[in-house]
Amino acid sequence: MTNNLPVGAVDVGVTGHFATVLVFVLVGFAFAGLALGVAKLLRPSAPNPNKLTTYECGELPRGSSWVRFNVRFYLIALFFIVFDVEIIFLFPWAVVFKQLYPVPGLGAVVFWEMVIFLSILSLGLAYVWVKGDLDWVKKLIERPGGTDQAAVPADEEVTAP
Amino acid sequence: MEAMYAFFMDKAGMGQAGAHVTVAAIMATLMFIVMALCALVFTWMERKVAAFLQSRWGPMRTGRWQGWAQAVADMLKILGKEDIIPAEADKALFIFAPLLVLLGSLLAWAAIPWAPGFVAADLDLGLFYIFAVSSMVIIGILMAGWASNNKWALYGAARGAAQMVSYEIPLALAAIPVVMYTGSLNTQDIVIAQQGGIWNWFIFRNPFLFVSFFLYFVASIAETNRGPFDMPETESELVAGYHTEYTGMRFAFFFLSEYANLFLVSMIAVLLFLGGWWAPIPGLDFLPAALTFVIKGVLMVFLNMWVRWTLPRVRVDQLMHLCWKVMIPAALICTVGAGLWMMASGAAG
Repeated sequence: MTNNLPVGAVDVGVTGHFATVLVFVLVGFAFAGLALGVAKLLRPSAPNPNKLTTYECGELPRGSSWVRFNVRFYLIALFFIVFDVEIIFLFPWAVVFKQLYPVPGLGAVVFWEMVIFLSILSLGLAYVWVKGDLDWVKKLIERPGGTDQAAVPADEEVTAP
Repeated sequence: MEAMYAFFMDKAGMGQAGAHVTVAAIMATLMFIVMALCALVFTWMERKVAAFLQSRWGPMRTGRWQGWAQAVADMLKILGKEDIIPAEADKALFIFAPLLVLLGSLLAWAAIPWAPGFVAADLDLGLFYIFAVSSMVIIGILMAGWASNNKWALYGAARGAAQMVSYEIPLALAAIPVVMYTGSLNTQDIVIAQQGGIWNWFIFRNPFLFVSFFLYFVASIAETNRGPFDMPETESELVAGYHTEYTGMRFAFFFLSEYANLFLVSMIAVLLFLGGWWAPIPGLDFLPAALTFVIKGVLMVFLNMWVRWTLPRVRVDQLMHLCWKVMIPAALICTVGAGLWMMASGAAG
């Protein structure tokens, strides 16, 4: 709770504030429902099989789009998890840093501990950087005997996403 | 807010819980209306700004003055559009995705401090909460792209998710030095710590915070999927990206959320770095706090549009390069540098 509430203000506590968030969820759904309801009354509805096909620039859709897609998205997700967890650790440290850094003896420990933590993480970043996993356009692996694959430039071989 | 509490508790004779829920509902309604107004005003503003930057007129006919009613006409048109759910789509997810996107935007607005004491949910975890709930938008976008069962939509959604999760890291890291200076995640505390004129705003406190502001700004453009980082919606290659299959009101939800998020990231930039509701110079004190805050937010939105209509779109590999190899190392250096600066300058920091 903040200490800057005016005199006489209602202190509702943490539960109270998250109750507000819950009210926001309900109101959000209510308004979305209202908007969809009003639109339902106003709009025409004349579906036909052609209208309901998947849009593929006027061509008949070929196959489903629920296919496996490029592994590089999976790598991004992995890095993201690591760094996001790091940020979760950084926030509580950042909150108490202001109180702790003027304390003699403790301040330096608080600061350098976080520097060490960040360096370990940066080491991880440096590792994936050197390994080339941060590059969006991956290098082709030369296959034995296959000269034509290797001749294709790397950025022409990649798929659309 | 306090006046509202007092009214419902004393005049209407409600208990504390009843008054709290009523005030929360009023605030939520107010935020939703402001959000809808945002979408209306900013679509018009975006078209006028784009036209101005490209030496043309933009909308001029609808309404009398400068085509001001164009956005209203667009909204009415959207209300009358047929709702199409493709036969091949995953129906449940297809219907749920726009709601999730809309909700992610609305929830984040709960912790925005408009004026002293005027914040719907005065959470101690405010800033952290905003980052957390606005990530729901990513899930909604991925859900929309996957449920559409459309190749364009899937590509757009996959790109969008990769881009948004990547840029969330510099975005949150850029906020860390501000939290270090404030010692609190409460959004009101962050603004209060910047009292006393433009030189007390966090952007000018030290060089590392200055850099952090720009890191935040670039990351926020990428978070809102706007140019030059609009890969998820590149109309020249992906039709419309993740909302290709959406029509009518469901499409409007994505649109609404996009402009709500644009204003949201601008307001967060204002509250983190640009002094929130405080006037820049003493002579401007007479403006109401909320008005000062909104004016600063709109100026940030204008800056965002200026960037969008000036710079060409970057390639997806350049986008990832910028995030992982430039911005994240820079943000880490800023965090450590801000800490060193605080220790070197002593408790006065």
